[in-house]
Amino acid sequence: MLEFSTWKKAWYWALTLFFCVCALPSLVALTPNVRWPSALPEPKINLGLDLAGGSRLLLEANRDQVTQQRLEGMEESVRTRLGQSEPRIAIGDVSSSGGKLSFTVRDPSQVDAAREAILPLTSGAGLSGQRDWDIQVVDGSRFVLVPTQAGIDLAINNAMETAVDVVRKRIDALGTKEPDIRRLGGTRIDVQVPGLQDPQALKNLLGQTAKLEFKMVDETAVPSDLAKGVVPPGSELVPWADPKDPASQGVPVLAVKRLGGIKGDELTDAKQAFEPKTNTPVVSITFNQQGGEKFAKLTTENVGKRFAIILDGKVLSAPSVHEPILGGSAQISGSFTVQSATQLAIALRSGALPVDLTVVEERTVGPDLGADSIHKGAIAMGVGTGLLMIFILVTYGRFGVYACCALVVNLLMILGVMSLFGTTLTLPGIAGFVLTIGAAVDANVLINERIREERHRGRRVLQAVELGYKEASRAIFDANITNVIAAVLMAAFGTGPVRGFAIVLLIGIATSVFTAVTMTRMWVAGWLRKTRPADLNL
Amino acid sequence: MKLLKLVPDHTNIHFLRWRVPFYVMSLVLMAASIGLVVTKGLNLGVDFVGGQVIRVTFAEGTNAPVEVLSKEIDKLGYGEPILQRFGKPNEISIRMKLPAGADKNPKLSDAMARTITTDIRSNHADARIDGVDSVSGKVSGELGRSAMLALGLAALAVAAYIWIRFEWQFGVGALFSLVHDVTLTLGLFAITQMEFDLNIVAALLTLIGYSLNDTIVVYDRIRENMKKYRKMPMPELLDLSVNETLARTIVTSLSMLITLVSLLLLGPDVIFGFTAAIVLGIFVGTYSSIYMAAPILIWLGVSSDSFVKTESEIDRQERLARERSARP
Repeated sequence: MLEFSTWKKAWYWALTLFFCVCALPSLVALTPNVRWPSALPEPKINLGLDLAGGSRLLLEANRDQVTQQRLEGMEESVRTRLGQSEPRIAIGDVSSSGGKLSFTVRDPSQVDAAREAILPLTSGAGLSGQRDWDIQVVDGSRFVLVPTQAGIDLAINNAMETAVDVVRKRIDALGTKEPDIRRLGGTRIDVQVPGLQDPQALKNLLGQTAKLEFKMVDETAVPSDLAKGVVPPGSELVPWADPKDPASQGVPVLAVKRLGGIKGDELTDAKQAFEPKTNTPVVSITFNQQGGEKFAKLTTENVGKRFAIILDGKVLSAPSVHEPILGGSAQISGSFTVQSATQLAIALRSGALPVDLTVVEERTVGPDLGADSIHKGAIAMGVGTGLLMIFILVTYGRFGVYACCALVVNLLMILGVMSLFGTTLTLPGIAGFVLTIGAAVDANVLINERIREERHRGRRVLQAVELGYKEASRAIFDANITNVIAAVLMAAFGTGPVRGFAIVLLIGIATSVFTAVTMTRMWVAGWLRKTRPADLNL
Repeated sequence: MKLLKLVPDHTNIHFLRWRVPFYVMSLVLMAASIGLVVTKGLNLGVDFVGGQVIRVTFAEGTNAPVEVLSKEIDKLGYGEPILQRFGKPNEISIRMKLPAGADKNPKLSDAMARTITTDIRSNHADARIDGVDSVSGKVSGELGRSAMLALGLAALAVAAYIWIRFEWQFGVGALFSLVHDVTLTLGLFAITQMEFDLNIVAALLTLIGYSLNDTIVVYDRIRENMKKYRKMPMPELLDLSVNETLARTIVTSLSMLITLVSLLLLGPDVIFGFTAAIVLGIFVGTYSSIYMAAPILIWLGVSSDSFVKTESEIDRQERLARERSARP
């Protein structure tokens, strides 16, 4: 137990030094008036939101919306597909309610052809080889398309991945630094933005789905019918974003043609601009090649008519087409302020969210509180460590010196490991540091008490020390395992600050076993070999 | 240099003699804690009941104008605020229920936060808004459930580990002293009405890991002594083990307390409750490692041969023969 080969000693020292050096940049960063030379690499501890100040938003996607959108998409695909097949397959009695799509094929002899045509619209989902839709034919000619669980999961997964991407683009556009955006569980996104004090702009931006559509206005609709909620055939009613808009003529909804419109997702750019005549804020958009062509076709075919610009299911404006717009760019007017136009431009640039996001949890921390906490935490840690060292020194003498050295090395190593892996230090994490210091000396206490005991039993110095380390290690091991169990569960169930605490504990447990047991044993062994004492002052 | 010895060598305190009164006392305290939690309730934070909390710090050295603020906010029409000091007298938290319908429309809770913070800022020039938390009812329910789950799982996992490493009676003993420590800590939170939030759950989880450290040391020694002194009656053997490890128990608990009490007194105010929970837990944990974890082994029927392999038939006959021949 007390034999250490030269290479082993070298290895332990190298490991210790390495982690201690890693801790340097973080130490420098916490010391005022000293700057880390920028030429050197800088692995640094991240400060959690509760220490750095900032905002955290927990966003939740609407699961039902994803499935509903998928049903609607399927309905459109089925209609197009069957309408284009040769010969044309006529369907009727289409319903997409109750979470499934059903329709009747008018001519029962075409059922097989219809099935052939629809089958390519479905695809495999998941690893089980299950398809994403289940096609059933009931009563001879009625098709029922039911989304399978695997299909729904896949769709939600895809929607969430896109949503995370869009959220990231939008936050980046705000110019905040180092946001942390990650998916949490099935339908949630955790957004942490350090330094952001007023999350209102962010929430407005993320609350906007930014689904832009251009649909032709149904000019045949009678305003008095619209006011009563009568929907003309082939049209749908869309509310005005601003019911007081003069263009609405006092009717809060506008009838637009359901089919034949285009979506505004094929954009290359969107920016805030001013309408030259009235000097009101507008959003100027540029289509990509494909979108530009579609928009040119729509405007060419509908000169003299009005089209509605619809954002997230609300009419922004309904301008008339004076002449075909072929240049691939357009202006969106509406009741904008400069700020809301800028926000819409950002949202359009980053793409539409595939699903609405709602804020279900929000936490904001001011910057002063964090600085205050770090300061107080450092003082408490300094005082606590100092008192503990005095206590250990007067209790164990020379062996206490080793324990104290191990303590200091341990602290540096925790900091080093955290810096190396870019771990986040949170407010409870500071408490984790303090707790770890207190718990780390436990190992030394157990060892030293055992050595005392073995000496009382009359064992010689070398044997007593050897037995002390050997016999104490069992309890040290068991105690640390129970600590690990608790910390792992904490990391698994906790969020943000609590997880930060658990991580400090876990790192601390690992490093403290190394410093308090292995390193002190090496030091004690070196001392024993050099001086060969006949008695121990312990 | 003369070294400090808090516990003199060869102590021989008959801890186990008072095991029944101490157990009764502990059970009464546990019952009282549970009773308090049920009747008085825990002061659950927004993490668990949903709502909004606004933390405000006033100028250093002043007292936060609790009554004035309470009246001012009440006038805004969002319902009655719960104001609470934490840490120092100039720091308070203001807790509000979320407005009706806020789960569907988060803008309502935004508007509430805005109105209240603007009101505080305009009426109190020295007020510094340190943070706003909004937790919807949906999330808070989940947080509560997962906290309970984590606590339950941790306690069972730790007890199972002790069972594997020792014997089932030791696992039960560890579980029992864990429940004891956690219950008394909950009792403290019921009495003081300190806010019970997610951080406190983390503190309880920490307790589950760390309050057992002393218990494990005692158990380890009991196991060692059971192998060594096979004929010794259990109460005597437990007393011996507790006495032999007494210095360790005291010194380790003291070193934890030295650092944690510095944190409690000098550390960040925001984690005062968190630290208080751990300090109490460590304190109670030391007591329970002696008076809860050890005596229960007697009642659970641990006998001195628990760690001795069952002797084979040949060994038994040889032993009987030896005993016969030894008899006069």
